[in-house]
Amino acid sequence: MITVFGIFLLSLLVITALAIVQTRNLFVAVMLAAIFSLLMAANFFILDAADVALTEAAVGAGVTTVILLSALALTAEREKRSGSIRWISVAVVAVTVLILIYATFDKPALGDPDAPVHQHVAPWYLEKTPVFMDIPNVVTAVLASFRGYDTLGEVFVVFVAMVGVLFVLGGDGGRSGPITTPDPGLRHHLIPKVVGRLLLPFIILFGLYVQFHGEYGPGGGFQAGAIIATGLILHALLEGEQAALRSVPAGAMQALVVAGASLYGGVGVACMLLGGSFLDYSVLHPDPVTGRQIGIIAIELGVGMAVCGALLSIFHAFAAREH
Amino acid sequence: MYTAAALAILVTMGLALVRALLGPGVYDRVLAVNMLGTKTTLLLAVVAFLYGWPDFLDLALAYALINFVGVLAVLEFFQNRARADEP
Amino acid sequence: MTLILDLASWILLVGGGAFLLIGGLGALRFQTLYARMHAASLTDSIGTLLVLLGILLQAGWTLAGAKIAAILIFMMLTGPTASYALANAAYLSGIRPGTGDEEP
Repeated sequence: MITVFGIFLLSLLVITALAIVQTRNLFVAVMLAAIFSLLMAANFFILDAADVALTEAAVGAGVTTVILLSALALTAEREKRSGSIRWISVAVVAVTVLILIYATFDKPALGDPDAPVHQHVAPWYLEKTPVFMDIPNVVTAVLASFRGYDTLGEVFVVFVAMVGVLFVLGGDGGRSGPITTPDPGLRHHLIPKVVGRLLLPFIILFGLYVQFHGEYGPGGGFQAGAIIATGLILHALLEGEQAALRSVPAGAMQALVVAGASLYGGVGVACMLLGGSFLDYSVLHPDPVTGRQIGIIAIELGVGMAVCGALLSIFHAFAAREH
Repeated sequence: MYTAAALAILVTMGLALVRALLGPGVYDRVLAVNMLGTKTTLLLAVVAFLYGWPDFLDLALAYALINFVGVLAVLEFFQNRARADEP
Repeated sequence: MTLILDLASWILLVGGGAFLLIGGLGALRFQTLYARMHAASLTDSIGTLLVLLGILLQAGWTLAGAKIAAILIFMMLTGPTASYALANAAYLSGIRPGTGDEEP
């Protein structure tokens, strides 16, 4: 059954991808991209990758669509026709695709226990996670501890992405310059306003649950940051730009990113000061297992803060340009 | 019985995708996105029980909570455009 | 008791699946945007309700059951809100119901 589901969803995914490439209307492309994200999340879920699926859900369900629409408001709706077809590029792409398809013939079958990926470090992670960390979610253990350096790099990528967007869009959070049109948001729409205000606390609460439950179930900093950012973006949509910036100022969002990245790096430095190596959490507590748990919770918090702040900053940078 | 429901949801997702591809207008695409969103939530809930992964219901919960934000953004987008078109 | 619960779950899940298919077909086949929206909202409301109730009967008084109940409540709230936002956006851009015209 799992194969049928997987093949069906993958076919829909390919069709959607072709439609995105083919369409000239950018609004339609944004909507199809939302569909692509939904199908992708369902696919990940069918393949038992709940953490990845939750990330796709948290980012794709709200934030991506909102930010793409904000970007679309700054540009034209229809893609300009490019000139003649570049045959050399087409040839290069076609040859690359053929080589890649040929390369897949050597790949092991789905779920093959003898596949190299299941023989390399994965068994060691599975075996050692209960011994070293004593937490049920191996994904979190790998992400936050075994592969802590990679995740630190990702947090800095998020940080750099925010800095880049702010540079390009001149993101002063709408503070400088008179705002000509006060943005009413959706305040005149009663039903979204009531439902949105009702759901907002639940979204934030769920985000916190995902943040601190990441050691036990699917979740962690990335997902929680995106969910909380979605909640605050919902607030901005409902109440308007200015009201949202009054409750969470642009400076606070940027400070959140810096604080999150510093918290992650700071945990690493603290480990060094206590005599371990960088991001070796076992020295944080007399009992190494507890120390590693403390370290994982701390750096997940840093990740969550950084992601939440960066997504909000990017959203407000786009929205400030709109008005 | 979960399989039957899951198949019905998958077929509905396919129908919604056809609607998204046919259009004709932009709102039909939004409609299809919204339909696919709720169907994905249902699919996650049903599959979580089909394979006995009740821990993974968190995903369906996430979608149930934040899926409508995208459609609200569409409303805001067209509202802003309608205001910009006014003199 | 288990038999009755199973039977009820079957009826609810199959009924929900039927409504999903009917709504999906309607969203594909109806002629105007608002009619299609109407058909699609069928899948959001009654289809969702029946499928999730069917699962809820199987889950019983467990954490999973509580989560299903929460999903049900949130979807009952957000589904109509999304439909409202969509219909309002379409109306704002000048599409009027009942004429049978297709928007450009």
